[in-house]
Amino acid sequence: MRAPVSWIREYAALPAGLGSAELAAKLTALGLKLESLERPGAEITGPLVIGRVLTMEPEPQKNGKTINWCTVDVGDANGTGDPQGIVCGAHNFAPGDLVVVVLPGGVLPGGFEISARKTYGHVSAGMICSSRELGIGDDHDGIIVLPADAGEPGRDARPVLGLDEEVIEFEINPDRAYALSLRGVAREAAMGFASSYADPCNRPVPAANDDGYPVLVEDPAGCPVFVARTVTGFDATAPSPDWLQRRVRLAGMRPISLAVDVTNYVMLETGRPIHGYDGDRLRGPLVVRRAATGERLTTLDGVDRELSTEDLVVCDDSGAIGLGGVMGGETTEMSDATSTVVIEAAHWDPVSMFRTGKRHRLTSEAGKRNERGVDPTICEMAADRVAELLTTYGGGTVSPGVTVVGTPPTAESIRIGYDLPGAVAGMPIDSETVVADLQAIGCHVERDSDGVDGVGGVTVTPPSWRPDLTDPYDLVEEVVRIVGYDRVPSVVPVPPVGRGLTRDQRLRRRIGRTLAALGCVEVVSFPFVGDEAFGALGLPDDDPRRHTVRLSNPLSTEKPQYTTTLLPGVIEAAGRNLGRGALGVSLFETGTVAIPTDRGPAPIYGVDRRPSTAELEKLFEAIPAQPLHLAAVLSGEHDPAGWWGTGRDADWSDAVEVARELGRELGVAVRVEQAEQMPWHPSRCARLLVAGADRELELGFAGELHPHVCHAHGLPRGSAAVEIDLDVLMSRALDVRPAPEFSLQPVAKEDVALVVDDGVPASVVEAALREGAGELLESIRLFDVYTGPQAGAGKKSLAFALRFRAADRTLTEAEAGAARAAAVASAASAVGAVQR
Amino acid sequence: MSGPNTDYDPVEVTPLQAEQVAAMRDDAVAAFAAARDLDELKLARLDHAGDRSPLALANREIGALPPQARKEAGQRVGEARGAVSRALAERTAVLEAEAEQRMLEEETVDVTLPTGRRRPGSRHPLTLMGDYIADLFVAMGWEVAEGPVLEAEWLNFDALNLGPDHPARTMQDTFWTDPADDHLVLRTHTSPVQARTMLSRTPPIYVICPGRVFRTDPYDATHSPMFHQVEGLVVDEGITMAHLKGTLDHFAQQMFGEGITTRFRPSYFPFTEPSAEVDMVCFVCRGVPGAVEDCRTCRGEGWIEWGGCGVVNPRVLRACGVDSERYRGFAFGMGIDRSFMFRSGAEDLRALLEGDVRFASAFGTDW
Ligand SMILES: [Zn+2]
Repeated sequence: MRAPVSWIREYAALPAGLGSAELAAKLTALGLKLESLERPGAEITGPLVIGRVLTMEPEPQKNGKTINWCTVDVGDANGTGDPQGIVCGAHNFAPGDLVVVVLPGGVLPGGFEISARKTYGHVSAGMICSSRELGIGDDHDGIIVLPADAGEPGRDARPVLGLDEEVIEFEINPDRAYALSLRGVAREAAMGFASSYADPCNRPVPAANDDGYPVLVEDPAGCPVFVARTVTGFDATAPSPDWLQRRVRLAGMRPISLAVDVTNYVMLETGRPIHGYDGDRLRGPLVVRRAATGERLTTLDGVDRELSTEDLVVCDDSGAIGLGGVMGGETTEMSDATSTVVIEAAHWDPVSMFRTGKRHRLTSEAGKRNERGVDPTICEMAADRVAELLTTYGGGTVSPGVTVVGTPPTAESIRIGYDLPGAVAGMPIDSETVVADLQAIGCHVERDSDGVDGVGGVTVTPPSWRPDLTDPYDLVEEVVRIVGYDRVPSVVPVPPVGRGLTRDQRLRRRIGRTLAALGCVEVVSFPFVGDEAFGALGLPDDDPRRHTVRLSNPLSTEKPQYTTTLLPGVIEAAGRNLGRGALGVSLFETGTVAIPTDRGPAPIYGVDRRPSTAELEKLFEAIPAQPLHLAAVLSGEHDPAGWWGTGRDADWSDAVEVARELGRELGVAVRVEQAEQMPWHPSRCARLLVAGADRELELGFAGELHPHVCHAHGLPRGSAAVEIDLDVLMSRALDVRPAPEFSLQPVAKEDVALVVDDGVPASVVEAALREGAGELLESIRLFDVYTGPQAGAGKKSLAFALRFRAADRTLTEAEAGAARAAAVASAASAVGAVQR
Repeated sequence: MSGPNTDYDPVEVTPLQAEQVAAMRDDAVAAFAAARDLDELKLARLDHAGDRSPLALANREIGALPPQARKEAGQRVGEARGAVSRALAERTAVLEAEAEQRMLEEETVDVTLPTGRRRPGSRHPLTLMGDYIADLFVAMGWEVAEGPVLEAEWLNFDALNLGPDHPARTMQDTFWTDPADDHLVLRTHTSPVQARTMLSRTPPIYVICPGRVFRTDPYDATHSPMFHQVEGLVVDEGITMAHLKGTLDHFAQQMFGEGITTRFRPSYFPFTEPSAEVDMVCFVCRGVPGAVEDCRTCRGEGWIEWGGCGVVNPRVLRACGVDSERYRGFAFGMGIDRSFMFRSGAEDLRALLEGDVRFASAFGTDW
């Protein structure tokens, strides 16, 4: 909402010396937030005066242009009283016209200094200005020609141009629709400075009669009040008066024609949107009803719309001629030929306005006000004001007929205790203040006691322009904002003892730190994916990860789905880093993915009570499962080469290690087995499993990315990735760890090399050794894998280091040897291992 | 030196003359001193302290002396040998120290060589910021509450006094799931966590809810369809706006430094009444006009818009089953991304979301 300060002052008798910045600050403190303070003329300094063109000599130039050599009467403004000689390139004026002249010494916006200078063979002493040069418009086709009564030559041109005006632009919250009018802004300003206030809506109106334009409201709930007035013999081509155009322009709207400007002006003044019909084009009575099925209407913006049966329309015998309260129709639009104007000032149901605006994606100044709630009692007054302005400036007469259909809804009264505002604010607010503040915003206040000791309270009837005031707490806000939010004290509340972070919250932090310790950098990606991303991961068509929650209004049609896997985000980020020159990258992301339930739709309950437990259960069930995932990508250089020796690139094992390391950190044994799963290399993919309560749970997958996937994402071949379900991992995390016991006896070390078939997993051989080695085995570590002629074709040799230790004694060579032999025997029988 | 001793046996051995023993001793000491390293010392030792050294030979000859001369000669040779071995030990210690010193010098490395054999990892600054905020409140006895990103429409809107036709719904451009009548949204704020908390717990409630939220905003330097919010909710007996102010003043100081206070401006949120916008004193210019020339952080206003807050609307309490006569609440919410950008001076929101390791790596693993 843009409010010219002079307009505010018309209704609010603000202190004379009050600056606009101070005014804006006060209104901001009251809840009308300053968006910007504009001073259109602030950049113009020096003499800017009204001039009368005395002579103009067109002089063709060699460059094909014609300039005008003018003499201009600028009164005494030039100090001599002689006509001023000025060269002007525009042609849209004639001798005798009043124009705007900036004299030497003046400065125009952009720091453009004016001086007398030689040009086109003359000394041009100043400039005749266009609105663009003054920074008040884009019109550069010609200079400004002022109305004939604009003033005497030599007078300051600023007031005529509105350049001495200041405009405060406010951001108006949806609950303060009354402030979408000068009436409302001025009321707040007057209240803020305890100044007197003259309500522009306070004007006598003629009584309703049966002679007005016939109106039939079929849907009084949708349109509780409909007022119609008629102006006849009107000259639609008459210009809007300068002052009105200026105010409309300063308020941010474009002057169009007298009829349009007047309706806009009255809307700005009162907050009440008005519609004007070309009375000569109306056929029969106006009818307000909901649109019929399939009904269409071309609105003023030229859009042909199919109407919904919920849309309120104004009709005549020809059918729908306007979307009531939102936008008029083309067929009855006023034109230059309009001589009869039927003025509609109607109160509309805000909910219907909101729905219609949303349905048709229509935002208009009228709709914005109607959907937020306009004072329903001012329809007659606003229509009368429009009729007055139209006839004042466009001639014609106001017909005596006054149609008023319906009665404005009345506000419900609200009871609050005197003590409530202070109790909510946390500071003392006495009962007199409560009463005075509520009266200041226009409430009718009835005391039920004198309020001594804060006992008792008031019954409050909000004013007609405050439909937002419905609850006691709404009144609390009014009182507290007038007392001043800045007076609310600062007191830290003391909660009962807390329990700190939850188990999962602590585990998640630990997981993040563990990954960082592994050298991974955390990233945050958008969770939106499309089939393209799944395709790039090589997911088969029936892969469950392709079964997603879809968005009905995605930002990008290529990514309309909420992801089921975090891999696309981290893989893309890895590609981006490598593309930007990183030699290698290790990234991780944790975040929720979404698995559709087929238990929708989610119910919508009332809000007057808590839904029952069963109802809540139904609600929660309809929400997609959103397990917390972790994905990591390790690509390119993993350890750099340096003076210490060679480096190495990341490989499949780094990805598996991520999962294993998390398992170690959380005290969960992660079992690894060979698997095939896209987007991993079919021969270098590990399924990760953890023990559950009664069966093994799948944690996720890790390994080398499929060469196609690497290629598609610009990653070097061999890049590795892991994705696991952290909810599964965290559910198995060890909460209480027993203190370890360990022996101080000497260790006995035994190495064994076993030859097994190529296809035998090392983990199986290790398990067999472990099984056979018995209790004396302290640890076992695979330290070498050999394939080659010495192992034999189709065979591999695995070398393990075994460490034996007893709790109570030094092991003899014989004891250690026996344990070793038992381990080897176990491996031999389990997988046919042969000792090398 | 003793003079000729006529009592001596005529076969008295010349080398046992005092002068000669002294000479042997002096030769040995001189040879040790002349040794420049342990190898030379070893040779000198063999020459002067070894089995074939003059003193060793002299010692052997003592037995051949007449008994009356043995004692004196033995004493003389013994003293000389003692002196030689002391000299040897001293020289050995000196040369060993020198040798060690030389070895240590030879082992000199260039300690300015690069040492990073491992790329450091890091957590995302938004994660760190969220944890930091959570810790601030946990330290006050609050708890951290969470909820899902894909949320029921009823919890995201209706329960928070945003009815289906509430104009404020258009203020938050919402991502809906398909079909839209499934009544599921990507939560537009973390406020549904407040509703969930009130639905699942009984007051007193003191919770902080950091989380990811979505709006259909374009993606540019200051907007993103996905961002992070933190909301606080308190429901208890006797809660007032003063408690809200006290909490936010404390929060602002912990986040942005001593002396950073907040200011309330009346505003509108459907879930609070009264409602306020929270501004905080600009932590760059401290709200002192002119303290920082052309303060870019607050554009010279001295205040920075930080978030929204208010007293929980009793309608919300009722929808969530809280006795609104007995309990009152307050709630506040602010952007984590925005707060982070303030703190770190980051100027482009997109840097947070494109995963360039150079960005997150700058922030380490904890605040
Ligand atoms: Zn500042």
